[in-house]
Formats: sequence, C-alpha cells, structure tokens
Amino acid sequence: MREADLVHEQRLRERVAALLDRHDPGGDRLEWLRARFDAGLAWVWFPEGLGGLGLPRELQQVVEHELAHTPQLDTGVQGIGLGMAAPTILAFGTEEQRRRFLRPLWTGEEIWCQLFSEPGAGSDLATLATRAVRDGDEWVVDGQKVWTSGAHHSRWAILVARTDPAVPKHRGMTYFVCDMHAPGVDVRPLRQITGEAEFNEVFLTGVRLPDDLRLGEVGDGWRVAQTTLMNERVAIGGAPVRQGGGMAGAVLDTWRAHPELRTHDLHQRLLALWVEAEVTRLSGARLREQLAAGQPGPEGSGMKLSFARLNQALSGLDVELRRELGYDDWTFRRSDTVDFYGRGPGYRYLRAKGNSIEGGTSEILRNIIAERVLGLPAEPRADKDVPWKDLPR
Amino acid sequence: MTLLYSEVEEELRAAVRDLLADRCPPAAVLERAESDAYDPGLWKTLAVEIGVAGLLVPEEHGGAGASAREAAVVLEELGRGVAPVPFLTSAVLATRALLEVRDSAGELLGRLAEGRATAALAVSLAASPYRPGRGSSVTAAEGRLSGTVSGVAGAEVADVLLVPAGGNLYSVDPAAARIEVAPSFDLTRPVATVTFAGAPATRLGAVDLAGVLRYGAGLLASEQLGVAEWCLDTTLAYVRERRQFARPIGSFQAIKHRLADLWLDVVRARAAARAAATDGSALTVAVAQAWNSGVAVHVAEEALQLHGGIGMTWEHPLHLFLKRAKAAEIAFGTPGDHREALASLADVPGPE
Ligand SMILES: Cc1cc2nc3c(=O)[nH]c(=O)nc-3n(C[C@H](O)[C@H](O)[C@H](O)COP(=O)(O)OP(=O)(O)OC[C@H]3O[C@@H](n4cnc5c(N)ncnc54)[C@H](O)[C@@H]3O)c2cc1C
Repeated sequence: MREADLVHEQRLRERVAALLDRHDPGGDRLEWLRARFDAGLAWVWFPEGLGGLGLPRELQQVVEHELAHTPQLDTGVQGIGLGMAAPTILAFGTEEQRRRFLRPLWTGEEIWCQLFSEPGAGSDLATLATRAVRDGDEWVVDGQKVWTSGAHHSRWAILVARTDPAVPKHRGMTYFVCDMHAPGVDVRPLRQITGEAEFNEVFLTGVRLPDDLRLGEVGDGWRVAQTTLMNERVAIGGAPVRQGGGMAGAVLDTWRAHPELRTHDLHQRLLALWVEAEVTRLSGARLREQLAAGQPGPEGSGMKLSFARLNQALSGLDVELRRELGYDDWTFRRSDTVDFYGRGPGYRYLRAKGNSIEGGTSEILRNIIAERVLGLPAEPRADKDVPWKDLPR
Repeated sequence: MTLLYSEVEEELRAAVRDLLADRCPPAAVLERAESDAYDPGLWKTLAVEIGVAGLLVPEEHGGAGASAREAAVVLEELGRGVAPVPFLTSAVLATRALLEVRDSAGELLGRLAEGRATAALAVSLAASPYRPGRGSSVTAAEGRLSGTVSGVAGAEVADVLLVPAGGNLYSVDPAAARIEVAPSFDLTRPVATVTFAGAPATRLGAVDLAGVLRYGAGLLASEQLGVAEWCLDTTLAYVRERRQFARPIGSFQAIKHRLADLWLDVVRARAAARAAATDGSALTVAVAQAWNSGVAVHVAEEALQLHGGIGMTWEHPLHLFLKRAKAAEIAFGTPGDHREALASLADVPGPE
C-alpha cells in the first residue's frame, strides 16, 4: 500500500473508533446505520456529506473489517439500490437529488427497483416503448414494464422512458426516478420457476412525475442508463469472495461432510471448478484494484459472465452430488429477498439460471466485450438511423 | 498483495519487448527454428544489456536481486515472442537451484548473472513438483555420475550442467556428458537426452528439487500467459482484416463470442500468473498451472481454427506458439497433475 493510503487508513480507523464511541451498534439498528452514514463510513469513495469521505474505493474494506460485528445492510433487498441506483444518482443527480435519496437508500429505509425491461424490449433495451410526455412541471408516464425484481416492496424505481419517438431509438429516451407510491403504478407478481414471485409486471397508467425526479438531461437517458448497466454488471459479478467461498464453498461444505457421496467423476469436475472459481476470484481482485480510482468500464461484463457460468455449473453439481430428489418449498410467496444460501440446492440450481439473463444476458455481454474491449467490428445494424416510431414492431 | 504491475516491471517489459520486436520477430524465429533453435546473439544482449540473466541473483553475487514478479514479466514477453533463449532454463531454473547451494556456487552465480555463462538443470521438463525424479535415472558414486535424463531443455547451449542426484546438486562439465538432441515437438525449446557414464562431478550441496520445480512451474504460468496473449492479439488483428461474405469475419457473432470467451480466459490467466509470481505457494502455483496450461493450448488451437487455411501453413508462425503451448502443458506437471495436487492443498479430498 502507498504511503498516502496508510495515512487514510489510519484516519479511517480513528473515525470508526469515534463512531463506536458515540453510538452503540447493539442499540437501534436504523439509528446505528444513520450514524454510520453521517460519519462518512457508508461508502468511503462517495463525497463527504453523502455517506463518504472521497477516499479510494479499496479503503472500504478497512471499514468493513472494523465494523464486521455491527448491524449490516440487507444486500439482498437493497441490491438494486446499492449497486445501480446509487452510482447513477451520484453521477447524474442534482445536489438536491443526491441529498434526498442516498441516505435512506443506504440505510435501507427506502428500497429501490429497476423499471427498465419491457415485454417488447429486453436485450434491445433502447427499443422500449413506455412513454413519458411533458405536462408543465410534470411528466405523464404510460407503459408496461416486466421482470421488475422487488417492485412489490420498493419505494422508488429507476425508470427509462421514451420522450421523443421521432428520433432514432437511442436518442429519444430520458431517465427518471419513479415514485412507486404514485397513483397509476400497479405491481403484479410473476411466479418464477423457483415457485416464488421475486419479480413483477409493473403497469404505469397516467403516472405523474414532477420534473425534479428527472435524472440527467431530456433525451440523454441512454447515456445515463449505461452508467446503471455497467455498475450492475460489476455489482452482480464483481463482489469480493474469499478463497473457496461463494457457491464453491456451499458445495465444498457438503463434499467434506459427506465422504459417502463422493465419486471419482464428481471429484475431477469439482477440482476443475475449484480452479475456475479461484482464478475468477483472483481476476475479480485484480479488476477491483484497477477500478479503485475510476468508474467500471466494459471489462466488468467479464466478471458477470464468469460469475454466471460458475454459479450455474457449481449449483448443478451440488444437486447431482447430493442425489436429493426433494425440493424445499414450492409454495407461491412474495419473497422479500433472494435468500440464495438459506434455501436448498434445488432452489439454488433454479435461481442461478437467472444469472445469465438478469442484468444483460451472457450473449449480450459477449457482444459488449467483443466490440468495446476487443474492438471488433459491430454487426450490421438496420435500425441505427431510423426514427423509433418507424421501426418495425 | 497487489496483482497489478509496478512501474519498474512495466519498464522492464518495455525494454524486453522493444528488443524482441527489433531482433526476433516471429518470422525470424521461424527461420531459425529448423537450424540452431537458440539465438546466442539475442541471449547475450538480453543477458548483458538488459540484465535479465542476473534478475534473480542476489546483489552480493553480482545480480539484480529482483523478485519472481520481475522474472515473470520477462517470461510474459519471451512467451509473446516464443523467443529462442535459455532464460527459463538458465536464469530461472538453474539459478534457483544454485541459490540453494550458494555457499559453494557463488562464483558460478556471478558468471551466470553477468551473462558470461549459461547453465542448465539436468531435469526432464516432464518432471513435476509431485514427481521430481521423472525421466531421470542418474545416480552418484565417488564423485562420479551415471545414468540418463530425458527431456532436458537448454542442455545443448549450457556451459555448465547442474545435475540433481540423491538429494544433492552436482555440477558437471557438458564435455563429460553425452547430449543428444533429437527432433523436438517444441521447435523453439528443443529437449535433449543427457547421458552420464561415470562423469566427474562436483557436489555443490543439498537441493530441494521439488521446490525448484515448483518455482519453475509458477513462473512458467507467466510464459504461458504470454503465448496465449500473442495468439489472442494476432487473431483479433486477423479477424478485423479478413473479409468473407462482404464483411470482416470479426463482425460475425459466432466468432466474436469465441474471442470474448478467450479474452476472459486470458484475463483470468493473467490474475493467476500474477498470484503465482507474487506468493509462489504450492496452492497458487497449482492453480496457475492447472489454469494457464490449458488456456495457452486452447487459445492457440482457437487461433489456428480462426485463421482458416493459413493457420495450417508452415509459413505462418502460429504453429510455433501452438507447439510451445502444447509442450508447456506437459512441462512441470500437466494440468491434471496440478488439479490432483489441489485435492490435498485445497482440502477437496477424493472418494475413499
Ligand atoms: C431473475 C431476473 C430478474 C430480473 N430483474 C429485472 C429488474 O429488476 N429490472 C429490469 O428492468 N429487468 C430485470 N430482468 C430482465 C432482464 O434484464 C432481461 O430478461 C434481459 O435483459 C433479457 O431480455 P429478455 O428477457 O427480453 O430476452 P431477449 O432479449 O428476448 O433474449 C432472448 C434470447 O435471445 C438472446 N439475444 C437477444 N439479443 C441478442 C443478440 N443481439 N445477440 C445474441 N443473442 C441475443 C438472449 O441472449 C437470450 O438468450 C430480470 C430478469 C431475470 C431473469
């Protein structure tokens, strides 16, 4: 570590000590989290006053280490807020928007969801049809979104809508914060292959959003959405894991505890996946070192791609290893969070199938890597200069 | 521990890369491959002017006292060029063995560091940290060595042979041994069979051969990374230029997706190589070898396929890289050997 970092590290430890002096982490959870945010120890790389201290991002691990025994965030429910909404608000929000949204987002008082995908616009997000029409100081939104994770318990949403149908698709979109409690927002559960309803359809009918819920310029929605998507890919695939942790750890626990389940074939496959998990972990650590200063770039897609592959291969091996024909719970429920490790192997196998679809499919991520990292020529595109309204649908 | 490259490492890389671009483009390597294999002039420059021969030699013996991380960067570049020089065999493997017996080998270390001499460790490239004696039948008695070692790299250009036998390291004058180079699969790193028939030998001291081979295996991962990188870069350049069906073939998704996957394999190989060069533990080395060996072969094979017919020709240097990758897959343990070792290193025990 460089000398400047050692100085920061020392300062951080002192701040943590001061926080612990003044606030009891064993007391009220929310009060504690608010105090931590106000001390700039929420996300140290954010600016002062917004839960951070403007420090290099890798120093966050110092804080996490020091505060490991205090109440933690619920990253399952808060995932979209923390991983996608927050960095976008930080990059494009006005000072007022940042002050309004970031604190309750971080403490978990307000949960966020992402209103991007539509029945007709998934991978090709820029074709989306949900309209936002200006009416004085307000926007009136009409349309339908789909696969919206956690919409049923969300207070706010990040939303992309079409504001100008007369220009080519990428240019006519605008990015908003959507009030999920506004009249005209209708959330309906979609039952998943796991049995539960983690995601939803969201119908938006004459929803009125004040203009100060707009994020970025009118017509600049695609660029703002790129920030969300790049952060999303790092958030899904780039979280630190310990050696032999994550899904590999879940399989290894069973493997070690049950010698009677082991076969030579499973052993070989498990060792190969162990190696893959380890090199993926190391390259994640390397990527985070590179990212320490800047914003995530297209390289983050690689992390998500390898994470999806590994999680799926390991969760499949887990089911096979255990030879368990049961399933823990098929009852339909509105889950609050994705309790990946709390559920059984069958659930994990099924839920992991979403890893290569949510947040950009593995095919789309390969396109991004090929074109934006490797500089390969784009495929011929028929829709580039055509106004959105004239596109075949 | 950082997995990034330091400024000093990047400077060293630039120096080696510039020299190789100048003195040993793939076409020149190809031309040489059928005759001498090694390029003594290039080795002299690398060893003396850039000082790579003495990288791992401590300063008190006239070297640079650098760490494995710097040697790893040199190996990445030598891999990118399939450069025909005895760096891995002399400056890494033989030097590492000598460092264990440095009290009796200080003078030789100094000569190696200055590039005045080149050494080869008389072990088979097919030996591994788990089977260090594979390929060798050498025994020592009364200051003389007898027996054979097969698959020795760098022996035919060595001024000194370092021979492990019975837990000790001996030095032998190559003139006292029979060194036979038959055609090798890897044209740019040929191997020889070395036979000793009562050759006079100087005992230098005890050596942990498995440890030396582990060190070599950890650094070989960086060379494999370099081989894979060249194959990937060369293929990317090719698919951008080559046109079929009125488009560059690199705009076809079936090709783009394969290259994206290869890139991801290489990204992870880089992290694995950095980790092995940085901490060098048995576990990191096994991980790096289990991964990087396979990646180098796979990227070279994919590169060949994506070059179409030209990839099958002798004129195109691609085959040099494929041959290096495939031979290096065996060197210091196959990926399967290293995965097997992980069963105990990572506590993933097999069936009872
Ligand atoms: C568990 C889960 C949670 C989700 N949560 C949210 C959420 O909270 N908010 C939200 O907005 N969305 C969410 N999504 C939606 C997700 O982002 C989309 O499903 C995804 O972008 C793919 O879109 P699609 O389903 O319309 O499939 P399509 O885009 O129709 O794709 C179908 C198939 O075609 C392939 N394909 C499409 N285009 C190409 C191309 N150019 N080249 C090659 N192959 C291509 C795809 O890879 C896929 O295999 C979630 C999805 C899942 C599974």
